[in-house]
Amino acid sequence: MERVPVLKIGEILLVSIQIDMEDQVALQLQEDLAERIVATGVRGVIIDISALDIVDSFVGRTLATIASVSRVLDAETVVVGMRPAVAITLVELGLSLPGIRTALNVDLGIAMLARQDEDIDLLGYEDDTDQVAETTP
Amino acid sequence: MNDDVQRLPVVTDQDVVRVRQLVRTVAVAVKLSLVDQTKLVTAASELARNTLVYGGGGEAEVSRVHNDRRAGIRIVFADQGPGIADLDLALTDGYTTGGGLGLGLSGARRLVDEFEIETEPGKGTTITVVKWCR
Ligand SMILES: Nc1ncnc2c1ncn2[C@@H]1O[C@H](COP(=O)(O)OP(=O)(O)OP(=O)(O)O)[C@@H](O)[C@H]1O
Ligand SMILES: [Mg+2]
Repeated sequence: MERVPVLKIGEILLVSIQIDMEDQVALQLQEDLAERIVATGVRGVIIDISALDIVDSFVGRTLATIASVSRVLDAETVVVGMRPAVAITLVELGLSLPGIRTALNVDLGIAMLARQDEDIDLLGYEDDTDQVAETTP
Repeated sequence: MNDDVQRLPVVTDQDVVRVRQLVRTVAVAVKLSLVDQTKLVTAASELARNTLVYGGGGEAEVSRVHNDRRAGIRIVFADQGPGIADLDLALTDGYTTGGGLGLGLSGARRLVDEFEIETEPGKGTTITVVKWCR
């Protein structure tokens, strides 16, 4: 059985799906990703589907599950590169992919994840200044 | 009237991939638009998976068809599985007996131009879909 590679690039995991996945391959990817998130401690996952010429209910459901599982493991998933014809078909199929964040390409996906990590840092910084303000006479 | 009938078994996960690829090839040959190709291949993927998972396996038959005005593709999915007892229910968005999303059958119907089901409990299910060029 083929396997979709999961690459660690900086602080994110990047998955670029280049094959027409049989169902077992999609399920394997779901497992591999969960394990890699835990093993690497990354906070962001990007799944590039620009090579996919269809997303059916099985792949759609797998992407949604990956997003939920990674969120439970403290990582955000962004699905990038969906083709226009795939988007039109998904909506007509009735699959709106709730809970999945999307971006047009890998760069915008990375920017989205970076913004989110920045927000978290900013919150930490604000807490610090509050404390300083309280202890200052 | 039709020509070029191609049959594929639908018995494994890999067969579902082969059905998608064959339908894509024929859809390109018939010159369906890109969006219509995508819709038809997606519908075929849903129906082939149902044939495998619920029908216990079966066969897909892909053929080019034409009437006096247009060319199109017809795909027939046939299995000798348990059949579908309540068709209206099975065609309802969200209805599933297999822990899916319950979108395959109802969604596939929306994605094609013609959709026909013949099913009999204990005998099996045959689903015929057609997509015409615009
Ligand atoms: N070939 C078939 N033989 C017997 N029952 C079928 C067949 N195809 C579909 N069904 C029944 O119809 C129900 C609805 O099918 P549908 O494809 O819409 O949903 P699903 O396969 O359960 O989920 P999804 O396709 O969204 O992953 C199935 O759960 C199954 O009970
Ligand atoms: Mg289904």
